[in-house]
Amino acid sequence: MADQIPFVDYLVLGDEPHLVARECVGCGARYFDRRVACAACGTRDFAAVPVPRTGEVRAFTIVTFAAPGVPVPFVAALVDCDGTSVRGNLVGVDPDPEHVHLGMKVALTTYVTGTDAAGVDAVNYGFAPVGG
Amino acid sequence: MSDDLWILGIHMTKFGKHPDLDLVDLAGQAALAALDDGGVDMRQVQVLAAGNLLGGAGSIGQAVQKQIGQTGIPVYNVANACATGATALRTVCMAIKAGEADTGLAVGVEKLSGAGLLGARPRTEQEGEWKRSGRFGAVQPTDGFIGTESMAGVFAQVGMEYGHRYGGTDFELFARISEKNHAHSTLNPLAAYSKRMSLEQIMGDVMIAYPNTRPMCSANCDGAAAAVVVSDAKLRTLDPDQRRRAVRIRASVLTTDPWEEACQVLPNVNTLTRNAATQAYEQAGVGPDDLDLVELHDCFATAELVHYDNLMLCEQGGAVDFFNSGAPWRDGRMPVNVSGGLQSKGHPIAATGIANVWEVATHLRGEAGPRQIEGARVGLAHVIGLGSACGVHILEKAAA
Repeated sequence: MADQIPFVDYLVLGDEPHLVARECVGCGARYFDRRVACAACGTRDFAAVPVPRTGEVRAFTIVTFAAPGVPVPFVAALVDCDGTSVRGNLVGVDPDPEHVHLGMKVALTTYVTGTDAAGVDAVNYGFAPVGG
Repeated sequence: MSDDLWILGIHMTKFGKHPDLDLVDLAGQAALAALDDGGVDMRQVQVLAAGNLLGGAGSIGQAVQKQIGQTGIPVYNVANACATGATALRTVCMAIKAGEADTGLAVGVEKLSGAGLLGARPRTEQEGEWKRSGRFGAVQPTDGFIGTESMAGVFAQVGMEYGHRYGGTDFELFARISEKNHAHSTLNPLAAYSKRMSLEQIMGDVMIAYPNTRPMCSANCDGAAAAVVVSDAKLRTLDPDQRRRAVRIRASVLTTDPWEEACQVLPNVNTLTRNAATQAYEQAGVGPDDLDLVELHDCFATAELVHYDNLMLCEQGGAVDFFNSGAPWRDGRMPVNVSGGLQSKGHPIAATGIANVWEVATHLRGEAGPRQIEGARVGLAHVIGLGSACGVHILEKAAA
């Protein structure tokens, strides 16, 4: 099996792939990007915390017209993972308004986006519908 | 004498295609027309603020000065996303409020005809080995793989989130908001597009990012707008004709987005707008019910809905009912975007925040011709730029 690396540095691969947020030790605000300080309270220290793998779709759009080279259509969504909002695509669902719904229950999943010259796979996350 | 500021002269160029005019031509024409409208010239202007967001013009203010008057006054070149024009106006207002000038000029200009999808950058093929870059340590551009960076997609989610929170939204509702603005545009000769569109046409057009079809997106076009602002003391020294047409600035507010959960995941365009509106109503000593017309930032049909609520034109959570009541149509209780809005009038980004003020001012002066809102006394102009910045100005007709 080829080597794999996560698409972004806040995705942890393994048996149970999950996202890791940088949580402000002062106020609990969570971020996914590299931080200088907390935008909510100014604290400069953060702790890594796992983000729940399941959530609910709070907003979505089905993008059918994008920049050259971006494959369309795709479903972009805001997923509420038990209080932590996450940006991601919905996968494993037909990208049309009959199949994608606000309030839909989803779970984190992973897929390979591409392989580099050294044969290493980049693995991204997405959210797929769960249950009914 | 009071602290009030006044718009003495204001102008908006025709929005649309201006292939033979560059940024400096357009901005210069708007600036001169605003000065003419106010009955002053560059020798009276003591401060200039100018904006151009995407044209790469560098110091647009100085470039304009070199065409219309190099008087040596300070120039502030401003950039604040889609709130750039409002920021130029606000900058001039601050300078006058601070007592450093009694007359200022604000200019915004953009050339976007044929610009295509804003916010989206073309992808390039991956070569060699994966290498992390950016603040998320991504091995490839995230647009399309972790959500969307297209403006149509971001604002689609903004409208959908409102629907999730309060219910009552669907594709057709958003399309009907667009139908209203396209209908309004038929009375605006300066609009980039002034064709009425049926609901079927709007819903059947090219889908950009569900639920926004092409006519539900702001129209890229060329245009400029400029305003001359004076202090109350200065106004008193001017001729009765100039004073009669002056429009009082009751509030000038600029806000940014305060931190809230999710705001760095999907931009929160709501709280900063609500904060700006709250401050503006307080400054002006008026409430939403006192407004005779509103020009708000309908960069997408999905955005207009949430701003009914953010500007408190309706009860919290009541934007769908507000729209369905017919209130924001030009013959309704609270006319919104009688210019046609960004979806049909067009959105030459840095010009928009002054053009919206021009629209409101023109109604308050009773000079809006066939689209005049009769008896308009007080109006509000709102813009928001992602990043985010929100500008709100409340204007009042001069006392007779």
